[in-house]
Amino acid sequence: MKGLPPVLITAIVLVAGFVLCALQFPNIASTRVVGNLLTDNAFLGIVATGMTFVIISGGIDLSVGSVIGFTTVFVALAIERWGVPPLVAFVAILALSAAFGAAMGAVIHVLDLPPFIVTLAGMFLARGASFLLSTESVPITAPVYSTVSDFALRMPGGGRLTAIAIIMLVIVIGGALLLHLTRFGANVYALGGSRATASLMGVAVGKMTIKIYMLSSLLAGIAGIVFSFYTSAGYSLSAVGVELDSIAAVVIGGTLLTGGQGSVIGTFLGVLIQGMIQTYINFDGTLSSWWTKIATGVLLFAFIALQQGLVALARRPVAKSAGAAS
Amino acid sequence: MTALLPRRGLAQILALIVILAVDRVVSPQFFDLRLQDGRLFGSLIDVLNRGTPVALLSLGMVLVIATRGIDLSVGAVMAICGAIAASLADSHGLPVVLAAALGAGLLCGLWNGFLVAVLGMQPIVATLILMVAGRGIAQLITEGRIVTFSSPDLVWLGNGSVLGLPVPVVIALGMLILTGAVVRGSALGLLIEATGGNARASELAGVGTRAMILSVYVWCGVCAALAGVIAAADIMGADANNAGLWLELDAILAVVIGGTSLFGGRFSLVLAVLGALIIQTMNTGILLSGYPPEFNLLVKAVVVLAVLLLQSPKFSGLAGIAARLRRTKA
Repeated sequence: MKGLPPVLITAIVLVAGFVLCALQFPNIASTRVVGNLLTDNAFLGIVATGMTFVIISGGIDLSVGSVIGFTTVFVALAIERWGVPPLVAFVAILALSAAFGAAMGAVIHVLDLPPFIVTLAGMFLARGASFLLSTESVPITAPVYSTVSDFALRMPGGGRLTAIAIIMLVIVIGGALLLHLTRFGANVYALGGSRATASLMGVAVGKMTIKIYMLSSLLAGIAGIVFSFYTSAGYSLSAVGVELDSIAAVVIGGTLLTGGQGSVIGTFLGVLIQGMIQTYINFDGTLSSWWTKIATGVLLFAFIALQQGLVALARRPVAKSAGAAS
Repeated sequence: MTALLPRRGLAQILALIVILAVDRVVSPQFFDLRLQDGRLFGSLIDVLNRGTPVALLSLGMVLVIATRGIDLSVGAVMAICGAIAASLADSHGLPVVLAAALGAGLLCGLWNGFLVAVLGMQPIVATLILMVAGRGIAQLITEGRIVTFSSPDLVWLGNGSVLGLPVPVVIALGMLILTGAVVRGSALGLLIEATGGNARASELAGVGTRAMILSVYVWCGVCAALAGVIAAADIMGADANNAGLWLELDAILAVVIGGTSLFGGRFSLVLAVLGALIIQTMNTGILLSGYPPEFNLLVKAVVVLAVLLLQSPKFSGLAGIAARLRRTKA
């Protein structure tokens, strides 16, 4: 039941926003638009799911955007230049990104460094490595790509639920189950609540830290593969700044940036809200795309201020009794 | 003034000398300076000139980090202030342009400081808001275009020279001296360090921690504004999308290279600026060596990791354990 009130507020904002959009542009309320929204934000949903785990555990992962960029380039080069079968390339890049995440987690834990600066180094490293592989956009022409791009489930009303949207939904549901129903998920919350307490309660803090960053990078790798499906190309500058979008989605979804509280479903709603703002701006036509950034910033502020208020409310009795004791 | 040049800067100075030596190897003309039209030219001057924006940012950033904070929005603030300066440049005089741009930076800093000091938000979160929204605001000001200008006054700020030195370098030097005089000439620096070391204890001891935190963010905003104006003046235009992009990371890196801990506390202005120069010397060196500029990011990543290793509280412990293991084996 953790983090339910903020999630409810996120859901209300999403529904209210959607109704407002639909009142102005009735066409928005169609499965076609919703299907496109899911497809366009598939990679963001996947990467934000991983970010949710990291942030609930009290950390942050700035490297995800670069990992996506590296993945697209690696996959494109592996398939097109080195003649590797696509499936082998996918397995290789997923193993590579998981190892990358595990290494960052290990550095964070063993050297006791702030995750912010370690993943910043990871961000430089992954982006630099993708530049080294190729600075040009490499188109992918493998048959599996056209098969996957063409695949879609028809929804009533003419909407298409594409393969990458389905992958995203599966990962979001899987992430939610992992976070809310397993021991691993409980440990993530424990870590975010307090590392010292979690350690005293018998959580293997080091192993958990490594696993959490491994999960985040693994999901970033999957998001990279999905992104390459989406654009049918590998480009070292793709997904620049996605780490910010995903952090914003996580925060708008009601996850506490100090850790210990949050949910994957909230993050998914946060991704949808960002997608909805983008869709509204596309429909309007006169508004420029930079309003997306401003609207996201305003929403970020609103949700963080709300969290701050909730936290202050929750802490009030504690502060009072502490004051009485001293 | 001894506080301005602490003995602990030895590692940074050595690092700079090593990188300069490497640059000299890849480019034999690296140390050549020539005077032309009353202005010095050469790779060294180029390093100073190009390092100015990050050096200015790091001046503000180091104070923020000393209070255990961080300011992710400086790149976006640069874009906003550059946009304001560029759109006013051809219709108003330099004083108005500067006042408007620096005023905007001050407001941005006030906003960040308000969120952190008054509302008690985590600095990384509070400044994330302006980092995301700021570029949108900058584009709102430029209406999505790249605003160009030809006002000679503003162009002079980016391309002029004073006593042979480029104006940006002189401005950065002036800001370093000004900031140093204010924080080290008074107890202010000590109070900032106290706030970063332990905010609660400092507050109980009578330090106005709120005012300290608020003022460092304001100063950081002003420094970012100045960097934004100089960056705009340098290219005679404001590009809301790319001005100051990722420079917040460079500024943080400069501060970290300068030996200021991200956990707050002791800080050094001079070493932070030295950190900015180290970064720029590396960048220029990579450019001169003919390697693709993409190598920059890899080199930076390695530098961050190396500095982190050296700064890590556990590193000395690990080294001790390794030594003990070796002894027991032998």
